[in-house]
Order: sequence, then structure tokens, then C-alpha cells
Amino acid sequence: MDAVGATIRVQTADFDIAAESRALGADRTDIGGMASFVGLVRGTASGRPISSMTLEHYPGMTERALGAIGDAATQRFELQGCTVIHRVGILLPGDQIVLVLTAAPHRQAALDGCAFLIDWLKTRAPFWKKERFADGTESWVDAREADDVTAERWGRL
Amino acid sequence: MRILYFAWLRERVGLGEEQVDLPAGIADVAGLIAWLRTRGPGFEAAFAQGRLVRCAVNQDFAGPDAAIAPGDEVAFFPPVTGG
Repeated sequence: MDAVGATIRVQTADFDIAAESRALGADRTDIGGMASFVGLVRGTASGRPISSMTLEHYPGMTERALGAIGDAATQRFELQGCTVIHRVGILLPGDQIVLVLTAAPHRQAALDGCAFLIDWLKTRAPFWKKERFADGTESWVDAREADDVTAERWGRL
Repeated sequence: MRILYFAWLRERVGLGEEQVDLPAGIADVAGLIAWLRTRGPGFEAAFAQGRLVRCAVNQDFAGPDAAIAPGDEVAFFPPVTGG
């Protein structure tokens, strides 16, 4: 079976990595391996405890950007499929934020495709995080230059 | 033209979305920003020079030289921080 298009979802609800793995591999026997990345809400920012994090996004452009990154990864690493789920809304420390799941005939493509996807997602998908600290103050998270450098190591999309 | 603002730009400007009639002579993103800055202190603060503002035209990332036209959807936002 050939590669299928990337599965992209933006949702407030939590996700189940086991269910998503089963869905990605359903009804096929050609997949040799899957790789996954799950991003979580850290309980502190700059050493200060946070009480929650709010994820805002640009409906429409988000799905387009994630679809483009998914297609680029699928083509470049010859993935057999990939799933990207990103949550939005109010999340608590320990909550899952993002899932990247890749399937390929061999491990290296699955692992590389997964790393490529999360690196590009962090610099190209229109999401913004706002942290609410335990003392009630709020602050938008600054973009990290290091993330741009990490994404650039893959070359252009 | 539909203009969208996200994250701290939305808070600074005081609205998430608006419909504007593009003044004659504005043909690119830089021109639009220069005009928006004249529309009040919130806009001035949001687009003050040196601020890191990103733009998308019709949901694709666009630089200051990108052409714009009536009917386009233009969005302004800070560098993204998802993942």
C-alpha cells in the first residue's frame, strides 16, 4: 500500500497514542516501524510554577500549515503515513499538547520523519502559548531562536 | 479586506478580527502596517518598530514586500510557539 495523506487534527480534547497508532497501522502489513513524539505541559517556566497554559491558534491556516509539513515529511522520508494532533485551549501541567506519529518501512525514516515534523511544527505552525503562573500573572511564551536553528538543520521545507 | 490579530497583538490592538476598506495606494504588507500604526495607540504599540511581528496573506507566511489587495485575508501575529 502506498502512503496515505497526513492525518491532521486540531482539537481541545485529549488524545490516546495507542488508539492513534492502531488507526495509523489499521488494515496494512507493510509498515516496519512507527516513531512518535508527545509534547507535554511542563509545570514550571523560568523556574516559576505555572497553573495552566492556553494554546491559541489561527483556524484555517493551522490545518494548512500542518498539512503542508506532513506532506513534506511524507515525501522527503518516504513515510507510509503520519498523524499530527495538536491541542488548543486551556491545558494543565502534565497534559499532552501535541502528538506526532510516523510510519515507515524502516526505523530511520520513521525516526527522522518524526523529528523533522516536530521541529518544523514548532517554527511554522501558527500556535501561541500563554502561561498562567501560580501567582495569577500571565505571560505569552517567547519564540526560541534555538527552535529556528533546529528546524533549519533540515534545510528548507 | 479581512484583518486578523493573534496572541499579544490581539490584546494590544483590542480586537481579534476586523473588516477594513484598504486606503488607495497601499499595495504591500509594509504599507498596510504603516497605515495600521496611525489608527490609535493600541495599533501603534502593537506594530512599534523593533517588535517581532509576523504576517500571513491568505493563510501563507508573507514578508513586508508581499503584495496585498482588497478581498485578501491578512493576519498579524508574534513568532509561533506551538509544539
